[in-house]
Amino acid sequence: MQTMVSMFKSNIRQYGMIIALVLISLLFQILSDGTLLKPLNVTNLILQNSYILILAIGMLLVIITGHIDLSVGSVAAFIGALSGVMMVTNHMPFPVSVILCLLIGALVGAWQGFWVAYVKIPSFIVTLAGMLLFRGLTMIVLNGMSLAPYPKMFQKISSGFIADPLGDSHLLTILIGAALAIIYILIELRNRKSKLTYQFEVIPAGLFVIKLAVISIIILAFVFVLSQYEGIPNILILLSVLVIIYSFVMNKMVMGRHIYALGGNEKAANLSGVKTKRVTFWVFVNMGVLAAMSGLVFAARLNAATPKAGTNFELDAIAACFIGGASASGGVGTVIGAIIGGLVMGVMNNGMSLVGLGIDWQQGIKGLVLLLAVAFDIYNKSKSS
Amino acid sequence: MAAGLAATAVVRLGKAVKNVSDIILEMKGITKTFPGVKALEDVNLKVKRGEIHALMGENGAGKSTLMKVLSGVYPHGTYEGDILFQGQICEFKGIKHSEQLGIVIIHQELALIPYLSIAENIFLGNEQTRRGVVNWNETIMKTKELLNKVGLAESPQTLITNIGVGKQQLVEIAKALAKEVKLLILDEPTAALNENDSENLLQLLLEFKKHGITSIMISHKLNEIAKVADSITILRDGQTIETLDMKRDQVDEDRIIKGMVGRDLTHRYPPRTPNIGDMILEVSHWNVYHPLHPERKVIDDINFYIRKGEVVGIAGLMGAGRTELAMSLFGRSYGAKISGRAMINGKEADLSDINKAIKQGLAYVTEDRKQYGLILIDDIKHNITLSNLNSISKRCVVIENQEIIQAEAFRKKMNIKTPSILQKTGNLSGGNQQKVVLSKWIFAKPDILILDEPTRGIDVGAKYEIYSIINDLAGQGKGVLLISSELPEILGMCDRIYVMSEGRMTGELNRAEASQEAIARYMTKTRGTRHANHGQHV
Repeated sequence: MQTMVSMFKSNIRQYGMIIALVLISLLFQILSDGTLLKPLNVTNLILQNSYILILAIGMLLVIITGHIDLSVGSVAAFIGALSGVMMVTNHMPFPVSVILCLLIGALVGAWQGFWVAYVKIPSFIVTLAGMLLFRGLTMIVLNGMSLAPYPKMFQKISSGFIADPLGDSHLLTILIGAALAIIYILIELRNRKSKLTYQFEVIPAGLFVIKLAVISIIILAFVFVLSQYEGIPNILILLSVLVIIYSFVMNKMVMGRHIYALGGNEKAANLSGVKTKRVTFWVFVNMGVLAAMSGLVFAARLNAATPKAGTNFELDAIAACFIGGASASGGVGTVIGAIIGGLVMGVMNNGMSLVGLGIDWQQGIKGLVLLLAVAFDIYNKSKSS
Repeated sequence: MAAGLAATAVVRLGKAVKNVSDIILEMKGITKTFPGVKALEDVNLKVKRGEIHALMGENGAGKSTLMKVLSGVYPHGTYEGDILFQGQICEFKGIKHSEQLGIVIIHQELALIPYLSIAENIFLGNEQTRRGVVNWNETIMKTKELLNKVGLAESPQTLITNIGVGKQQLVEIAKALAKEVKLLILDEPTAALNENDSENLLQLLLEFKKHGITSIMISHKLNEIAKVADSITILRDGQTIETLDMKRDQVDEDRIIKGMVGRDLTHRYPPRTPNIGDMILEVSHWNVYHPLHPERKVIDDINFYIRKGEVVGIAGLMGAGRTELAMSLFGRSYGAKISGRAMINGKEADLSDINKAIKQGLAYVTEDRKQYGLILIDDIKHNITLSNLNSISKRCVVIENQEIIQAEAFRKKMNIKTPSILQKTGNLSGGNQQKVVLSKWIFAKPDILILDEPTRGIDVGAKYEIYSIINDLAGQGKGVLLISSELPEILGMCDRIYVMSEGRMTGELNRAEASQEAIARYMTKTRGTRHANHGQHV
């Protein structure tokens, strides 16, 4: 019991937000008479928030390095507009267009990364300029009008579900879920075993089993709910792959270490041989690619390229990172945290709409939640130090 | 033995208590716990009115914590025990509260705002106002008076960023005077100062004493304590060991060290038989210009060399260009228009960026470990492995278990005092932080280590450990370049000594011919045409 309490205390930052997410979900589940967690709505939740979550992953890296990117909404719109010109106006094939769009996103990121990393202009200013610049370019490209419709294949990115050869019952969905749960358990077992061979401390066996069981049940329950509607959305696969890759890079790879070190103390990192300028530059390039991806996903979901696309996306992405425990001064934050932060915002948006709260109230309440989440975080930090 | 002495000291103080007005401050039974650590346990401190009271102890002994309790940084209620100031029990709610009574603390890290003027800094939070509007004439007039008192000849309007650390320290003291200080607490006031500035500061303290200001001074420099202190309280592991009267108890340095570390330290510098081999680093005609003022030459045609297994010292005054020389060598991390040749192991070395310098076998342990050496918000293990992550990774993936093993090995080998390698380095004491930085660079497996003031702000016990590590490195055939402002350290550790002044090498001495006087002569050898406070704008 005592180990559990101390474990809980030491991980309260991470678990705190999960608990908040669960509580908020339960609250709206009750307030909306059970609509929130209906299969249709859960699927909608994923589709509605995917593009913000993609941005949040990139934004998290930017925030860890101690910077900020205000331009991502405009960049998403700009890439959306370009994709419209490519696919709608010029009927270019969809894979070529997507690859071109991601490359252009990388170039946009390189442009901003250059000013931030090598010319040392504060990222706030560079990306504020970028926000105006790319919004302007969007309007020029689209000539103030919307472009539609996109090819069917492209729309499937955001509105499609993985095909199920096993019939209407979406058995495949459940099987995938089961496979995921098994993979998860195997990875955890392997980690534990390797820790034991090195004679490191591990959590007690009983607790370990409970942890595995709870997470497996959550995975299975989740895919079960999805299988009650159309199965697993394509975008969820994309999102999961991104989360896994970026978590791996940030936690396990040398690159991730360098990003955290750079954010923690740029001068010390530099004198330890971290190529700080190059790392900063690539973090912005990465942000550009993810902003482009987000723009494509949004265009596919809307089935149109519009000049107003992506408005305020940057603020949602930044809020997701901070709610998820990232530090404004850099060096602290996790990919999972940012995703949870994004989901907290998403569930609140969705829940408040279901309950029938107007957009005016929604804005205000979201603002307060952001403030309280960060206040809670800082309170926790000051208590532990 | 030490306990017996402590007992006699207590008895002696017990008699003195009767004369109440004699004691300005008494801290009784102070206990302060942090999560998992008891920083102070039943600590007692008595300070007589008008004396200079030294507080000594190893890093982590609890000196700074005790002073933070006294000044209200840790408010009443977060610790146990009583504070009596001028006979009254005090329950400070914060720094402001203790300052009102005349207790002013000057922290080790100076708390001045670089882009405000001296006058603005001195009256920060204590602005001279009339109906809410700042009266600048009065502010400047008072600042002039205060600067006179501390003997600082600078205009009140000079920005802090434009004056050196020594002068900044004086501004801090002037700031304390502005608050009508009765008890001045200085946390390692001379740690960042050169010998001249230190001497000035000590004289100033003696001057204050004549005017009835009581001072508590935390310091690691035994010679300073011997010079100015009237009595000494020694802390060890969060407990009071003893309080000594400098005159009555015939205190000498060995006596203090014994109290601090709990054992005799017969040799302050561990012995080493030098085993000097081939040339490992040879630098010739090295020139560096100031990065912001490209016409100013910071390093002027310097030649020097280091051999395998040799500890080479660089002595010099503040601003002589020692750090600039080291950093310009280490991947051009300082300076502009760098020219010259560096040969490592007989081959011309490409040191054009930090990564290349590390690959060529160079390591640079920075002077300021908090700002330039450590990621304070990250843990020990990540800090140790940072500059050589490739050695514990496979295809760019860090093998975490390997990392833990390596870090754990360093914790044991270097005797880093911490409950776990997952501890954040920001929570460690100075000596342990320095051990982490050294571990990081030893882990990078260099051939040549440049150590810039490696024992600054570190207590005697940890210093000895650092010296042993340096000797060990030399014993392994590595070349060590030791930059230090403490001449005894240079003399005690080095096989050969270079002396710098105004960006030039003004002398080279062998161990046998070196003496404080000889070094000092070279240190002050100037060209006469330039001012002495150049450089030091890293």
